[in-house]
Formats: sequence, C-alpha cells, structure tokens
Amino acid sequence: MTGFDFDDLAVEDVSRHFGRRRAVSRITFRTTRGAVLGLLGPNGAGKSTLLALLATLLRPSAGRIRYGTHDTAVHGPSLRASIGVLGHDLFLYPELTAHENLEFFAGLYALADPRAAAADALRQAGLADRAGDAVSSFSRGMRQRVALERALIHRPRLLLLDEPFTGLDDASAAALAARLRTLRETGAIVVLATHDLDLAEGLFDSAVFLRDGRMVDVVDRPEALRSTYRHIMSRAHTVPSVSRTEG
Amino acid sequence: MPTWFTPAAVVCGLMFATSPFLIANAPYESTMGLVQKIFYVHLPSAWMFLLAAIVCGVASIRFLFRGDSRHDRLAWAAAELVVLFGLVTLVTGPLWARKAWGVWWQWDVRLTSSLIGWMVAVAYLLLRQYGGPGSDKLAAGLALFGMANVPFIYISVNYWRTIHPLTSVVPTLPTSFGLPLWFSAVTFFLCFLLLLRARVRLEEQRARLDALYLSVDA
Amino acid sequence: MFARVVWLVLRKDLTVEVRSLEIAYTTLFFAVSCVLVFAFALVHEGRAPEDGAAGILWIAIAFAGTLALGRTFERERQSETLRALLLAPAARPAIYVGKLLGIVTLLVAGEMVLVPLVALLFQAPLLARPLWLTAILVTGTVGFASVGTLFAAMLVRARSRDVLLPVLLYPITVPVIIAGVRATAALLQPDVEIDILRFWLALLVCFDIVFVTLALWTFEPLMTD
Repeated sequence: MTGFDFDDLAVEDVSRHFGRRRAVSRITFRTTRGAVLGLLGPNGAGKSTLLALLATLLRPSAGRIRYGTHDTAVHGPSLRASIGVLGHDLFLYPELTAHENLEFFAGLYALADPRAAAADALRQAGLADRAGDAVSSFSRGMRQRVALERALIHRPRLLLLDEPFTGLDDASAAALAARLRTLRETGAIVVLATHDLDLAEGLFDSAVFLRDGRMVDVVDRPEALRSTYRHIMSRAHTVPSVSRTEG
Repeated sequence: MPTWFTPAAVVCGLMFATSPFLIANAPYESTMGLVQKIFYVHLPSAWMFLLAAIVCGVASIRFLFRGDSRHDRLAWAAAELVVLFGLVTLVTGPLWARKAWGVWWQWDVRLTSSLIGWMVAVAYLLLRQYGGPGSDKLAAGLALFGMANVPFIYISVNYWRTIHPLTSVVPTLPTSFGLPLWFSAVTFFLCFLLLLRARVRLEEQRARLDALYLSVDA
Repeated sequence: MFARVVWLVLRKDLTVEVRSLEIAYTTLFFAVSCVLVFAFALVHEGRAPEDGAAGILWIAIAFAGTLALGRTFERERQSETLRALLLAPAARPAIYVGKLLGIVTLLVAGEMVLVPLVALLFQAPLLARPLWLTAILVTGTVGFASVGTLFAAMLVRARSRDVLLPVLLYPITVPVIIAGVRATAALLQPDVEIDILRFWLALLVCFDIVFVTLALWTFEPLMTD
C-alpha cells in the first residue's frame, strides 16, 4: 500500500494526558521536507510521548497534528505507510535473522519484492555478510543499523527516531549522523529525540526544547548545542508547577 | 446531586422499613411455608442483578466505540451493582435452598449461570482496580464479551445439568405476583437507582478533579 | 491483502517458535505435570472418577493454554514488536487472526502429545473415534484461543497482566470447557450417543463464530490508545 505523501508536518497546540498526569502540554511546531528536527530535553520531558503522537500510536487529548493538508483524522493504513519509526526498543525479533526481520516487515508494508528489499537494506547497512545470523547475536550498534533499515525499508516520508544514539560507539554514531544527513538530502522529514547533545551537534535544522511536557523554546539552526541547551533550560518557568502528589 | 435524590432516598428508606411488615403478612406458600418468604429478597435482587448487567454491557459498548467517558463511569458503577446485587442473590438462593431441600448448592441452572456472570463482573472490577492506565477500555471489552456469553453460559450449563438428573426438583417461581413482591421490587429498584447515581457522581467528581489538576498546568 | 498479512504473521510466529521451541516445551511439560497432579488428586484405588479423563484433559489444555498465551505476548512485549506490528499499514484484525492461528497451532500440537498420554494413564479410549475427537479438540481450542488471544493482546500494556489473564479468561470460556469436557466424555462412553456429540459440537462452532467475530470487531478499538 503506498502511503499518501505530504510536504510538511505541523503540530498545533497538542496536549496529551494520562489521567491527571500531563505528558505533553500545548506543543506547537512545524517542520518540512528535507529537514531534521530535534526534540531535546531531560528524561521525562515528554519526548517519547510526542514521538508516539507523531507516529499515530497515541491520539492527542487536545490540539491537532497535520500531515501536509490532512490531519490525523485521516488516520489509518495509508498514513502509517508513510511513517517509519526507530524506537528505543528497536522493534526487532531477536530469534529471527537480520534478513528474516527485514523481509517480514517489508512484507507487512506491502512492498512488491520483500526479499530483494531486505537484501538491499542489509547491503545499505553494511551487514550483508551477517544476513543469516540471529539478531540476538548482534551488538547494539549492529542491531541499531538493522532497526534503522527496518524503519526505512518502505521509504517513509516521515522518520521518527527515539534516542537513536543510545549505546552506540563513536564510529556507529558518526555513521548514523551521516545517514541522517543523506536522508535529509533525499527529502525526508526527520524528527529525532535525544538527550545526547554532543553526538547531535550540527545535525539539526531546528530544535524544540522540552521540559516537563512543555515547550520551552524553538531554535532554528542551533549551534553549540550543549551551551544553548543549558542556557535555555536554566530559564525560570513563567507558570508555577503543581507539586504532584499521586493520590 | 440531582433534586430527586434526597426525596427518593427518604422514600426508599421508608419502603425498606415497611416491607418486613408486608412480607410477614403475605400469604404462606403452600409447600415451603415461612422459608419461601426469602424470595421477596431473592427475586428482586436477581432482577436488579440482571438490570445492572444490561446497563453495564450497553454502556460498555457505547464507551468502547464512542469513547465518551460518561458511559465508562456508568459502566463501572453498574458493574459494582452487578457484584452487589449478585452477591445478595447468590447468598439468599442457597439459604433458601438449604432450608427448603436440605442442600446448599444444587447446580440449578439459573443460580449457576448467575454465579458465572457474577464472576465476570468481579473480574471486571479487578481489571479496573489493578490493570493500571488504559484499563477502562479493556474492561469495556470484557463487559462486551461477558454479555455476548450469556446465552452460551445458560445453554451449556442447562444441558450439562440435565445429563445428571438431580434428586430433587428445583421449584418454579411463585405463581401469585402479589403486592409484597411488587413492593419489594420497587424498593430494590429505587435502591438500585440511588446507588447508581451516587456511584456515578463519585466518578464524575474524580474526573472533575483530574481536569482541575490538568488545567493548572495549562 | 488481509490473507497475506495473516500468513506473514503466522509464519513469523511459527518461525520464532521453531527456533527456540521454548513455549512448546515448557507448556507441554506443564500440561503433563497438570495431568499428573490431577491424577494423584483424583484417582482412587487405581481408577479415575467417571469422565475423569475428559475433565483432566481439558483442564490441562486450559491451564497450558493460558501459559502459552501469556508467554507469546510477553515475547511481543520485548523489543516492543507489538507496537511495530500496530505501526504497519496492515489491517489490525489481520494481525489478530495471524496470532490466533499461531496459538491454535501451538496448542493443537501440544494436544497431539497430551491426548495419547491421558488415554494411556486413564485407560480411556480417546483415540477410538479420531474424527470426532479432532473436531471437538479443534473447535474447543479455537474457542478458547479466540478469547485468549484478544485478552492477552489487550493486556500487554496493563499492570498485573500475568494474573489478570486467567482471571478474565476463565469465566468467559466456561461454555467452551463445559462443551469440550462433555463432548469428550460422551465420546468415551461404550455406546456413543451421536445426538449429544452433535449438540456440543454445534455449541462450540457457534461459540467460535460469535467470539471470533466479536474479537475482529473489537481488536482495533481495544488496541488503540
């Protein structure tokens, strides 16, 4: 199934709560084709929730997310076919081989030739020689590469990555950053959540800074990420925060 | 609370107070004597048990497919009443059976089916209590499956029973639906409405509290 | 499209299972232990109570089935692969059917070992009428698994999911257990009454149709947040 295509992604005043806990609150930003957007913030800032909302796994409690000219009410298979997700937990079956994992997901995404697509993807990841090995035998970096290929195998317009630099060595992290730059050139919309500021240096076209589920700032073309981050996060809140006493 | 609540509660209380007199003065049933009078409690609570189950089932379906949390609150309150009235039914049934035929439990098809339905309601409450976030939807699914199951439970228990004939015959309902029975039924129905309304209100207050918490952050 | 997704999910589940055989071995062994425990509890002076073999067989299937369901979805919880399945553009009911067929295959494979064992231990002529027995086992297993797969899937993200699965599953599958046991017991009688068998089998088939349909209908709303 070919997904419908879109040129930009707009998040309009989106909130999501679970019971009385607000996970994200009134987030607004836009991004467009050929751009990498960073979601930055400490743990618990709401980055993963926001990514789940963008992936259509969660529905917003308030606000709207627009994919091009459609909003999430157009939900459904055709929208999901245009979205690729690299989750924190990698979404790979450890008992299956790298090739089997990719072939399975290629089939689920209704690609014409899943086997060839899987082989191509493994070549891209530089893991063609390990195609027949179970994923459980791979290092974190190798699994990450397979997982990234899995997320990209159906050539999605929107790519969402949740903490992709976790557990990667320098070489793998650099390779990932290079791959993301290539994707940007081919016109993908990339949204990346991380708290790994050094590795993400120079990667973002824009960055959204989150804390406690709220948007603290949006910066275009951020430089010197770490000091920018520290500077923004040290700003005092204008809204007093409620002490959370769970009943 | 709505305006009808307090007057209705007063009326219900009065009815509960006067019902023992009506029941005591009701004519004795020919075969079972005094013991049969427990029927005036057993039967209305069985009716309320069924009514609560239907309310829970319908509200659950509407919640599952529409997502309106009012239906969810109603379903939860109704499920608690299923457990409550079911418990009364399942206790008064054996009490009566013991006195009438000397055995506590006869695997009577109605009582057994009620027991299974009651257990589904208890499972519903356990799921809501211990299932964590998101269990409201899951419980609605359970309620739907429970409701769909009713004919299957009844038929399978019934046929299962008839293969092993019982030593004594299960009695039929009393044939004279006199004043005491209707009085009891109305009393129980009023009680049902009051409890339902009060319980739903508790959930409404909770939801309002959650909304207040959320609005502070906005 | 629907059938393709079902086939993909089923093939994937069977491949994963065949690689390690973890669920197959452990639940089969558990089922055998169940049978033994019940044998020790119920067999008196070398003989089981009447229809004991039928009851013990189905109890073992129910207990082992619950375990298998829990383990299968626990696997999908690791690496959050269930999320990945829901992210795909595949129709959600197709994912349900794929998983259901995988569980049924696993359970039926286990039953093929369990039935001869029960027949042997209790001198019950279970294998005398294989066609009828197969029909009863398959329809009963499908009924149990149809509800079980849905409940296990919807509980994946819930707390206390290990204990909640049997708590939710057993009251709903009572008709399946009753029908399965009674039909199997009828099969063990010296003179089999076909009418009784037909009745229970019809009940099982109706249950299967109704509950698979219900599950297909509610899978999407129950799995979305």
